[in-house]
Amino acid sequence: MAYQFDFPAVFDYTDALVTGAGVTLGLTLVGALLGGALGTLGGVVRAWRIHPLDWAFRLYVEVIRNTPFLVQLLFIFFGLPSLGVQINEWQASILTMVVNLGAYTTEIIRAGIEATPRGQIEAAQSLAMNRWQTFRHVVLRPSLQRVWPALSSQVIIVMLGSAVCSQIATEDLTFAANFIQSRNFRAFETYLVVTFLYFLLALLTRQLLNWVGRRFVAPRRPCSPEVR
Amino acid sequence: MTVEFSLWALLQSLADGAKWTVALSALAFLFGGATGLLILFARMSRSRLLRQATRVYIEVFQGTPLLMQLFLIFFGLSLAGLEVSPWLAAAVGLTLFSSAYLAEIWRGCVEAVPRGQWEASSSLAMSYLEQMRHVILPQALRLAIAPTVGFSVQVIKGTAVASIIGFIELTKTGSMLANATFQPFLIYGLVAASYFLLCYPLSLYAQYLERKLHVSR
Repeated sequence: MAYQFDFPAVFDYTDALVTGAGVTLGLTLVGALLGGALGTLGGVVRAWRIHPLDWAFRLYVEVIRNTPFLVQLLFIFFGLPSLGVQINEWQASILTMVVNLGAYTTEIIRAGIEATPRGQIEAAQSLAMNRWQTFRHVVLRPSLQRVWPALSSQVIIVMLGSAVCSQIATEDLTFAANFIQSRNFRAFETYLVVTFLYFLLALLTRQLLNWVGRRFVAPRRPCSPEVR
Repeated sequence: MTVEFSLWALLQSLADGAKWTVALSALAFLFGGATGLLILFARMSRSRLLRQATRVYIEVFQGTPLLMQLFLIFFGLSLAGLEVSPWLAAAVGLTLFSSAYLAEIWRGCVEAVPRGQWEASSSLAMSYLEQMRHVILPQALRLAIAPTVGFSVQVIKGTAVASIIGFIELTKTGSMLANATFQPFLIYGLVAASYFLLCYPLSLYAQYLERKLHVSR
């Protein structure tokens, strides 16, 4: 007998799906904000070769980029407590996302900063901008603009990667999927629906980040052709 | 009950697990590369339908978690009446995952070949396949090597997710050992170090290839 698909059995648990999706989005949001901040710091330190932090960030980036997210998560969740650091599943999930994203954004933002033409900085100095003004308006903002698409992709990669956080019982979307399929015994249908939800979340996040990029990162007032 | 393991025994068990990580990665990379090449041709074909279909294929695999892909394959294949071992599900899942990413990476390389090369070869009355074989792919290949080696690191890291569907590789071996010895800090540290040893040389090689390419240009 052919298998009968039963999707209503999944939608009986809409509440759990919505809560799970909300948690995944929330984790991503916090992870992106803190990870982005860490990555910006790292990018500046790496681009300007600020010793000895420069060296520490380099090591950090290489270690994180060459080990799996899941292993980082297990190390943080199970390993840190044996050093006496008490940590729950939420803290571990967020910490892993921040640490992971921080490493990738360090490299991305470093590349953006290093692509700043020297003439731009000289021009800023000749306009009597101080160091902070130069950094903020001439180095950082245009750098972020340059690498914004890469940063957005990385945030989405981490969001999709966060599915493994369910392994330490963080109640995200994947956790909801595991819960639902253990109740309705409709594993395939459940995971299909949840996969589709992840796909929607990824699209939504992409749109959101594009909007943030246009609204806050792109130049506020584009120069008119006469001014240029 | 804790089980006592000597450090040597731990390392041996982890090395056993790492063998499976390497095997799964190599398999996924090879089959993924072959499938990816087919997808690449379909993605760049003249048929609109094929182009659209492969675009969706790539977006689905790039826009959903690898873990979900593995779950779906694991449960989907068994619905189709196949006896599925975690090994088979992981191999199929990672192959499809790699094929989508590799096809997209390679498409970028093919598109980076200047248009004039297409025009020149078509003015020599070459067919599409001849153009690809003799003119475009050899040039695209040179561009593709560095990102392809770089992607192999992603494949190795991706295999860790296969531990969740019960495939016993490096990560799974690590969690079993951590449960048995109650030394998670040491064990997961060793597991992470093993992945680093596998991945870092490939990362360095990819960086080296990239630098070499830029110098020669």
